[in-house]
Amino acid sequence: MDFRLTAEQLELQKQARDFLDRKLPTSDLARTVDAGDGWDPASWVDIASLGWLGVSADEESGGAGLSFLEEAILIEEFGRHLYPGPYLATVGLALPAVPTEQLEALISGRVRWSACLEEDAGLVVNLQAIDQVVVESSEELLLVPAKGSPETSIDPSRRMGRISQTPDREVLATGEAARSLTVALRTRRLAALAAEAVGVAQQVLEWGLEHVREREQFGRKIGSYQAVSHPLVDSYVAIELARSLTYWAAWCIGRDDAEQRRAAIAAYTSASEAAVFTCERVIQVHGGMGFTWASPLHRYYKRALWIQHFGGPPRLHREWLARDLIGKAVRGAPRPTLSDEGGTTP
Amino acid sequence: MELRDTPAEAEFRARLRAWIAANLPPELIGVGTRTEPLEALRTWSRSLSQAGYVGLTWPRQFGGGGGAHGLDAIVLEELARAQAPQHLGAIGIGMAGPTIMAYGTEEQKRRFLPRILSAQEIWCQGFSEPGAGSDLASVRTRSERRGNQFLVNGQKVWSSYAHLADWCILVTLGDPAAPRYHGLTYLLVDMHSRGVEVRPLRQMTGDADFNEIFFTDVQVPAANLLGAEGEGWQVAMTTLLHERATLGFALTGLLDAALQRLLQLAAGNPAAAEPWLSDIANEWIQLQGLKFTAQRSLSQLGATGMPGPEGSVIKLGWSESTQRVTKLARTLLGPQAVLDDGFWHHQQLRSRANTIEAGTSEILRNIVAERVLALPRSR
Repeated sequence: MDFRLTAEQLELQKQARDFLDRKLPTSDLARTVDAGDGWDPASWVDIASLGWLGVSADEESGGAGLSFLEEAILIEEFGRHLYPGPYLATVGLALPAVPTEQLEALISGRVRWSACLEEDAGLVVNLQAIDQVVVESSEELLLVPAKGSPETSIDPSRRMGRISQTPDREVLATGEAARSLTVALRTRRLAALAAEAVGVAQQVLEWGLEHVREREQFGRKIGSYQAVSHPLVDSYVAIELARSLTYWAAWCIGRDDAEQRRAAIAAYTSASEAAVFTCERVIQVHGGMGFTWASPLHRYYKRALWIQHFGGPPRLHREWLARDLIGKAVRGAPRPTLSDEGGTTP
Repeated sequence: MELRDTPAEAEFRARLRAWIAANLPPELIGVGTRTEPLEALRTWSRSLSQAGYVGLTWPRQFGGGGGAHGLDAIVLEELARAQAPQHLGAIGIGMAGPTIMAYGTEEQKRRFLPRILSAQEIWCQGFSEPGAGSDLASVRTRSERRGNQFLVNGQKVWSSYAHLADWCILVTLGDPAAPRYHGLTYLLVDMHSRGVEVRPLRQMTGDADFNEIFFTDVQVPAANLLGAEGEGWQVAMTTLLHERATLGFALTGLLDAALQRLLQLAAGNPAAAEPWLSDIANEWIQLQGLKFTAQRSLSQLGATGMPGPEGSVIKLGWSESTQRVTKLARTLLGPQAVLDDGFWHHQQLRSRANTIEAGTSEILRNIVAERVLALPRSR
């Protein structure tokens, strides 16, 4: 076993961070997000030319032939910068359902996607910024043009819309094929949200640490008070565990591992809760400044809350997981995750 | 990144699992860190050593296997999975040995390391004192240089295995006039020396795993000084880093075993489990997070040879999760929880020590705050 990012993966991470630092510095966030369509479509051209839309597509389709793990690394960085474009929508939500003949248009950046599963109740992520939507409808997967009305999202950096009913639809999959695709979409969605949440939490924790290292009250740096530092340590611990679980889930999805569903639930529940907790903690240690519009913290907090609501209540996911684990215990397996299932937890 | 066992690792794991099934006496299952039944534990510890499952990553010249760190992790996981008791030489293997490798003279390495691996000599740890718990730098046990030996006087406490031990890693105050952190001297002390007295401490569980050790004019040869005089703080920190790093997999293995029992309990009583499903899954998630984080930090250890402070994260998360798992199990037991079931009641009491031993949770949070997150010191 080797739980390290490879040199190539670390390079990709650094490339993404440098690109986003340059193209979307925090100081520009308000200007980009609060105006017009809420994002800069020119960034999509750059992202396509960097090859980030075809990371996991095979080389015949014009992709890089890598895996979801590399995509998760990118989604984490996009989350860290609160990127408002439809990367999560296209790659994290829709990609497995995109027909092969349309992959080239996706990879080249000409067509952007999102997905709307039944639990989304007609709400579509980034409807204003995309062209096509994968829609789950009574056990079928449909391809529907991105037409509808804008809604006010709790996160201004992640616009939402409500899709219109339209006869203009194409059937992507039915029956067993649709069922297995929607399972794949749901699993990938949770892992993608987890990666984004880790990025959000990491950035906010770093701001919190910078602040308490410098801010003085009663003649001391406030980071020296344990009432301030220990909750930040708890955040750090939660983020590190969530990061491990997220890479595990992303790896499982990339390898089509038997444990991908459980791993994705573990990653999503821990990362989304870590992100909300970290934002709340860091707002608290910033005092009144953390409550202002001028601080970027509220934008990250809104994203963290959005992730947790869009992905569904962690508690419900955990209840499903517990039934799965206990069911396995009932069926007499001595442990829920034996390696003879082909799992990663021997 | 490769998260499954390699074929070699899978084969090693399968062989080990079969070996444990064939060699672990049933009366030792679930004994944990207790030291009874002693003779069976001695036999078990020696057979683990003879089968080559101890010191897999130690250099071959000292009787080790010269293997990759991942093998140690597999051994610790599999032993915990089988609820095998802790090796009686755990302190020698996990703490004294690595510290001697880092600071010992060639003579000390030759003298001590092979006998740690063979389970011939049992070690204990003399760090904490009645007046120096979390604040290790304020130890008062004195060591005075007298020519070719040190004269040791003082008292240590919370010392596991001291009643069985042949040797002790002892942190002493060599120079009371030296500035804080600079006056400590780290000694390897023969527990059979004249003037060493061990008294067991009875814990809230009724067991007596820990001891007090009294040193009265104990003579320690100067050859048993580890590191330099006054360098004891750095040597002790090496011991503690190894304690937390190598413990990680044993800890997650123990948590895994407890969690399997919790799942069985829930499976046997679905109605009682229903309101607690989310909490039960939460502990499974926490366990996987700890396991994979331990793997992540192990992959670093393989690169640098020194464990990072991430070990503190594992210990912190593990201890609190273990306490929650126990409470959940007792909740699922319902009215039966007022009776001593022989396992969960003991766990409930024993787990209170988990957030105290090997670094209190408060000290571990300080360590992470200062050394990992670079926050200003709290004192």
